[in-house]
Amino acid sequence: MSTIISTNQLTKTFGAFTAVNAISLEVNKGEIFGFLGANGAGKTTALKMLTGLLTPSSGSAMVAGFDVWKQPEQVKKRIGYMSQKFSLYEDLTIRENIRLFGGIYGLSMSDIREKTSHLLQKLELEKEAGTLVKSLPLGWKQKLAFSVAMLHDPKIVFLDEPTSGVDPLTRRQFWELIYEAAHRGVTLMVTTHYMEEAEYCNRLSMMVDGSLVALDTPGALKTQYQAKNMDEVFRKIARG
Amino acid sequence: MTRFSAFVQKEFRHILRDRRTLMILFGMPVIQVLLFGYVLTNEIKNASIAVLDPAKTEESIALTNKLVSSGYFQLEQNLVSQEELDRSFRSGKIKMAIVFPSDFIVDPSKPSSIQLIGDASDPNTATSLIQYANAIIADFVQEKAQDTGMASNQLTIRTETRMRYNPEQKAVFNFVPGVMTLILMLVSAMMTSITIAREKELGTMEVLLVSPLKPVQIILGKTAPYLALTLLNALVVVLVGIYIFGMPLKGSILLLTAECVLYMFVALSLGIFISTKAKDQMTAMFISALGLMMPTMLLSGFIFPRESMPVPLQVIGSAIPATWFNPIIKGIMIKGTGLDVLWKQTAVLGGMAIFFLAVSLRNFKDRL
Repeated sequence: MSTIISTNQLTKTFGAFTAVNAISLEVNKGEIFGFLGANGAGKTTALKMLTGLLTPSSGSAMVAGFDVWKQPEQVKKRIGYMSQKFSLYEDLTIRENIRLFGGIYGLSMSDIREKTSHLLQKLELEKEAGTLVKSLPLGWKQKLAFSVAMLHDPKIVFLDEPTSGVDPLTRRQFWELIYEAAHRGVTLMVTTHYMEEAEYCNRLSMMVDGSLVALDTPGALKTQYQAKNMDEVFRKIARG
Repeated sequence: MTRFSAFVQKEFRHILRDRRTLMILFGMPVIQVLLFGYVLTNEIKNASIAVLDPAKTEESIALTNKLVSSGYFQLEQNLVSQEELDRSFRSGKIKMAIVFPSDFIVDPSKPSSIQLIGDASDPNTATSLIQYANAIIADFVQEKAQDTGMASNQLTIRTETRMRYNPEQKAVFNFVPGVMTLILMLVSAMMTSITIAREKELGTMEVLLVSPLKPVQIILGKTAPYLALTLLNALVVVLVGIYIFGMPLKGSILLLTAECVLYMFVALSLGIFISTKAKDQMTAMFISALGLMMPTMLLSGFIFPRESMPVPLQVIGSAIPATWFNPIIKGIMIKGTGLDVLWKQTAVLGGMAIFFLAVSLRNFKDRL
């Protein structure tokens, strides 16, 4: 297995507050890698550093074979991102959103056309292509946002709490999309605070107060902490 | 009751902890009272004037001194020729000129006449200045009569008033350029800052920043449509001024367009600058409205003459783009002046555009 993301002592401080404290980890190609932690534990900050949205205070990170801060252009072409807030334009139609992001990532018009029809077909949204995104139900929006983030065939997709506020059924459907992408060799890095979702990840990292306190497969973590499920693991870790 | 007081306490905490609201709550009235108090006076002090006095008789010198020592006027220039007078008016250096006849005396045998010439591209100021001058001249005659023991009606100085550029003293000559500075600022700066702040608020800005788009491309992409819209807006205002209010367009259309684009660049870069500071649309709107619209209206000389403002407000006023853009439009449209005179204002605007654009670009990424 080849390493596609590696960080070395990655640190971010805001004044006296250390949001992310010297994180070192490696993620393999095609892996679904989960970032777990309570709100404010530093998951989002870590993710923002890996996508180049934040500059680290110290340490380094390689993503898709390139240094995130020395070769940001190379990295940006190869990653997709779905932010905590909704990532599409609500006042544009589905088709317009797809065209916009296809264009931003430099796809040709014929590519965009082809991908649009494929995507609409897959999400069963053909009839809604001309509707404004704001009139879609939240679950559809999230699935659409994920598909749009995958539009340029990125090697890695970063998902920052993609399923927050979504009902369990849609959450399940959303994870089917994630699995499908992983199956095609895409690496996915997901932050979440739903412990049931943690079980779906290949490997998990737990963050407490900016530090990485555990990193293993869900099964290994459960054995190590003698817990029935991830929720219990998390509570044991958080208690210290 | 305790429940109620606890609630009120909480509300006070909200307010006291939200510095921005607090600033608006207390800062706004104070600033408005100060601004209106100082600015809302049409009394003009130390207006620059020029004197064309070929004879330099004892009396003409005494009258000039009296005018200057009144505090209303400040002698900018002693002119030697009519041509020089024209040049001074065109460059906007002087607001009024006094022309003495070559044989000026104050004598009962021969009534003298003086020409008072005002720059009516700013009709309010011109009218006030001429009134002041007339009053001072009347006073001068009165004193002279008393000194020589004559009845005051035996001595006369006739004054003849001329209004340059806008003989009918149409206020529209003042407000069309003023409205233009305001609208271009409103559309360019406010809209830009709001539209960028909106992307930040909704979270789409992050998605854009993660994409291969460069920050410069994002900024240009967001501002280009507004640049086009604003140019259209400017055109409409100019056309309305010309065809509905009968404003002249004496200078070059090309220069006017170029200057408008320059001013819009300043406004756009200000808008971007604001959006790097503001987290959401409301904040962006407040900062634009208070920080740009109010000063543009009150301090740029559009409504109130800058000459009558206290020095600190004049200094603040000179940091406002409209203060420099206003004389440019007036110069080009009403006086037909070109870059030979307007280079200074143009250079200041250019400097402002470069400065704000550079600062915003630097801030753009860090501030998200």
